[in-house]
Amino acid sequence: MSKQFASLVFLWLIATALPVAAYTLADFPFDDPKKEQEFRELTGKLRCLVCQNESLAASDADLAEDLRREVYDMMKAGRSKEEIIKFLVQRYGDFVLYDPPLKPSTYLIWFGPGVLLLIGAFVVIRTLKQKKSAREKTLSAEEQQRVEALLNTASETQGTDK
Amino acid sequence: MIPEIGHLALILALSLAITQAIFPLVGTFTNTRSWVAMARPVAWGHFLFLAIAFGCLIQSFLTDDFSVLYVATNSNSHLPNLYKVAAVWGAHEGSLLLWAFLLGGWAAAIALFSRGLPAHVVARVLSVMGMISIGFLLFMLITSNPFERIFPVPAEGRDLNPLLQDPGLAMHPPMLYMGYVGFSVAFSFSIAALMGGKLDAAWARWSRPWTIIAWIFLSLGITLGSWWAYYELGWGGWWFWDPVENASFMPWLAGTALMHSLAVTEKRGAFKSWTVLLALFAFSLSLLGTFLVRSGVLTSVHAFATDPARGVFILIFLCLVIGGSLMLYAWRAPSISSGGRFDFVSRESFLLINNLLLSVLAALILFGTLAPLIYDAMGWGKISVGFPWFNTMFEMIAPFLVLAMGIGPMARWKHDDFAHLFRQVRVALVISLIAGGVALLPMFSHGKMLVGLGVTLTVWLIATHLKNLQERLKHKHGLKGLLRDLAGGSRSYYGMWLAHLGVASFIIGATVVSNYGIEKDIRMTPGSDVTIAGYRFVFDGVSKTPGPNYTAYRGHFRVFDGANQVAVLEPEKRHYQMQGRPMTEAAIDPSLLRDLYVSLGEPIDGGDWSLRVYYKPFVRWIWLGGILMALGGLLSISDRRYRIVRKLSKSEAATRKAGTNATGNPATETA
Repeated sequence: MSKQFASLVFLWLIATALPVAAYTLADFPFDDPKKEQEFRELTGKLRCLVCQNESLAASDADLAEDLRREVYDMMKAGRSKEEIIKFLVQRYGDFVLYDPPLKPSTYLIWFGPGVLLLIGAFVVIRTLKQKKSAREKTLSAEEQQRVEALLNTASETQGTDK
Repeated sequence: MIPEIGHLALILALSLAITQAIFPLVGTFTNTRSWVAMARPVAWGHFLFLAIAFGCLIQSFLTDDFSVLYVATNSNSHLPNLYKVAAVWGAHEGSLLLWAFLLGGWAAAIALFSRGLPAHVVARVLSVMGMISIGFLLFMLITSNPFERIFPVPAEGRDLNPLLQDPGLAMHPPMLYMGYVGFSVAFSFSIAALMGGKLDAAWARWSRPWTIIAWIFLSLGITLGSWWAYYELGWGGWWFWDPVENASFMPWLAGTALMHSLAVTEKRGAFKSWTVLLALFAFSLSLLGTFLVRSGVLTSVHAFATDPARGVFILIFLCLVIGGSLMLYAWRAPSISSGGRFDFVSRESFLLINNLLLSVLAALILFGTLAPLIYDAMGWGKISVGFPWFNTMFEMIAPFLVLAMGIGPMARWKHDDFAHLFRQVRVALVISLIAGGVALLPMFSHGKMLVGLGVTLTVWLIATHLKNLQERLKHKHGLKGLLRDLAGGSRSYYGMWLAHLGVASFIIGATVVSNYGIEKDIRMTPGSDVTIAGYRFVFDGVSKTPGPNYTAYRGHFRVFDGANQVAVLEPEKRHYQMQGRPMTEAAIDPSLLRDLYVSLGEPIDGGDWSLRVYYKPFVRWIWLGGILMALGGLLSISDRRYRIVRKLSKSEAATRKAGTNATGNPATETA
């Protein structure tokens, strides 16, 4: 019972940690609208580390606010996007990036789907070749009759409307 | 008392589910006709007890029975009645009950609408559904009983998560679950067919309408979820590739592939084993989706550790369902005749390509969703796989799908030739390329390349489908033919047509809003104004308003287009009494061409507020696309050949006789 209650509380905590964007980026003004857009995009691609699944731009957690401030200060100090990302990854690891970087340990993520597609394409081409040379299976007259009887029955009585 | 009745009803439903799973199935193998005949009445009883249990839980919520742990955790005496009912499926236990209730409902529907089916097919289908129900009911009774009592009884409930206190989200889970559970029908038909060892056109025709109905619900459920996220979460996004969203999108992709594959199996007898496999996948992904969302495993692998019993049960159940069905498939599939010869260029080929791409998309979403878990579990480091990755993958694969969608319906079954197809699509090709090229001009695209792609694909879909319609009506005497088609037996063609245009609507909506949307976060003083995309938003300050179980700050905005006032927007920021965090309620002025969107941020000193003011062009087209797809599905199942005609024709009587004569060696198997 107590265990169950604990798990309920836990689930409730998860549920309430869903994104509730209560704050805005209004406190981070830039003179250059391009910079402002860049800031918005950058914080959108960074993960709030303590939230369930929210970007820095959308989270109202305290840590997210601190990190936003940090990113803002770095941008104001004229540091490039790459430098900021490098700094954050050094501190928090790849987890902070919604866009996983391309490196040996992530080859699986980036190239896996391509391999999957190739396998799929191979299967399709093989099937097409088989189908082209396959013999048409013909039903005997008797079988044909039964199929038609069944189909007629099905189409007349099978219900779908709910 | 009421909760105990509910609990008892659950136990009785379980015993009926066991009966439903065993006797009819065994009966079909031992030729015990009375056992086979049990299937329908037992399915009815099973549904009845689930309905009683479901009703009892609703009653407990409506009467604020906080002695029930689940009610105490998810409701509150001040909660409006609508949300008390919606709170039934607001968390883990109740969602499972809803799931089981809907499963019982689908089984009862099959019992009711399957009079034309051979008795042993019905028996096997219902028995497979009984097995699934056993899993859910056991899971509920052992680890997640919604009727569990709590003592001492709390004076007040903890309230429903405020995010869920919204009409859109009240409807979202039932829709989604109708879809998930609906795929269990296609799954059960497939398992039944594998047991019988005979898959034919009749089997496909029986499964098809059920699959389409499930797909309609799932499409609407996803659309509703996306719309809800847009207006409720306050940041104006309509899709974030959140694991919860992915969990519903994977079965949709598999189900879409299944629907198309079933069409081929029905019309041409090809793709049989592939269709069966897709049916197994669609339902397996639905199960996975249900459990992924509710178990908390996505947040962290360690969530299982908080309640090992649940985690272990889920794993075993998934292994049994997925593993068992795949084993049955591996055993029986080789004996399925492949049938249906076709050439490289034929409608079958295009549908095969469609199936491949949809399956690859589903697989890669599964992969992307689980990759962080896999990396963590294998000790390869903690990573995030978020929207940039999913977007990139989708943008690389989906265009080919759309390309095939345009050509596929033009191609002839079995054999076509390139020259003929090219003649059919060349105008559409030229028009769409020109449209894309124009959209790419700097004055329109502002350097955003994806605009060109989106416009090209949209125009391509519309142009090819118009051409297709024209070709069709050429042989049918124009408009008169169209009306006759719609009145008569060709609705499934128009269903396809409408659903495909829904995809076009979705693409243009997503393209425009992603590339031309304007988002501004600003600080405003009451009385000041801001102009975005030509619209002037005047901020008239914030007032305090009470709600039933919350108090709200309500912002007042007037929006002007030039001198004309076009809208009054009143976004809210709500503080629910029982839950700590404030909620935003965005105010939106919707129209087909653009949404104007305001949400309240934080109060800043001196009466100022931080605000989000968004301009969202064409965003409605995204959900319009979802609705069109669902309507297309609806039109398609209203096609005459699926309709109920309650008359006993001679042929049916004959088939019935044949079916019962061949007991044990049932009709479809001998066909």
